Amino acid sequence: MTVPRVERPGLYYPKLPATWWLRNANYFRFMLRELSSVFIALFLVVFLIQLHRLPQGPGAYAAYLETLRAPGWIIFHVLALAFALYHSVTWFNLTGVVQVVHLGERQVPPRLVVGASFALWAVVSVVLLWFLLRG
Amino acid sequence: MTEETMTLEVTRYRPGHDREPRTESFTVPYRKDWVVLDALNHIKDRIDGTLSYRWSCRMGVCGSCGMMVNGVPKLTCAAFLRDYRPGPIRVGPLANFPVIRDLVIALDDFMEKLRRVKPWIIRAVEKPVADGEYLQTPAQLDAYKQFSMCINCMLCYAACPVYGLEPAFVGPAAIALAYRYNLDSRDEGYRLREPVLSEAVGVWECTFVGECSVVCPKGVDPAAAIQRSKLAGATDWLLSMIMPWGGRR
Repeated sequence: MTVPRVERPGLYYPKLPATWWLRNANYFRFMLRELSSVFIALFLVVFLIQLHRLPQGPGAYAAYLETLRAPGWIIFHVLALAFALYHSVTWFNLTGVVQVVHLGERQVPPRLVVGASFALWAVVSVVLLWFLLRG
Repeated sequence: MTEETMTLEVTRYRPGHDREPRTESFTVPYRKDWVVLDALNHIKDRIDGTLSYRWSCRMGVCGSCGMMVNGVPKLTCAAFLRDYRPGPIRVGPLANFPVIRDLVIALDDFMEKLRRVKPWIIRAVEKPVADGEYLQTPAQLDAYKQFSMCINCMLCYAACPVYGLEPAFVGPAAIALAYRYNLDSRDEGYRLREPVLSEAVGVWECTFVGECSVVCPKGVDPAAAIQRSKLAGATDWLLSMIMPWGGRR
């Protein structure tokens, strides 16, 4: 939402250039994090189509999987995985800033909150892997 | 022995004359104990008396001398020339703000936002002075202390691209101060500040770039204050939806 600003005569109103995110490393990392959601969203669309193919029979499903074996799709999936990891790692690193946890009167150190988040992520990932790979 | 010098490339803007800011170079003596503000004072006293900028305390307390130094928001009283050797040093007005003249920016917008978040202790019923102070434990003080260190220097606004793109955004310092009073055990004004924080240009406008906390000269973490306010607002909304007695406070 953009609210028009009333500009007073005589004052100079600077405009932020479209390339503002190239000004420093923090801005750039922020933009990468934002961009990661595009790849994650695209991956979800591909995954939803895959699920949609499942009830259409083994032939349709196998054909779709075959399509996904094309080099372009493999590159896309590697990129999507890299962005998903980047998004997840930066997200968990920020939990210590956002989530203040108290034990009685004492505040749990933010590093512990971040560590617990990563640990939980690892446990959930291992459980999911076990579930998927057990055959 | 020839005196060591440094060059300052200073942004100049004369209202009514210039269509947009331009840059003017000045050569100043280099002293290892000089800060950028000393160099600007040298220019004003010895080279060009028309140079305009704000400053006051020279010790990082008043928050008046914030400017862009080599494109980074800094208190010029704390930016040493020696850290920018051999130069030149680019000095400009704080980014994202309207420029009145040279390095002087318009403060009105920030002052208005500060007033809107009611950064003072609000009580449902004030007790008489004769009844004494509102007491607080050290732990209750610790809960908000870092956010009370804000000196309203506005460096965080200059670092915030969201404010640059959407000037109506309430912004880092004002939200951090609202959060500071919301955390204060003596305060009862959460409900009065909440409408300002929860509007579209309040906390939800923030996309968590985080640069506001990086540039803060007083170690305040406005980005944390904003994200925690989002969490508090969302929890409050959820509770008001599922609990018959509504949200907190």
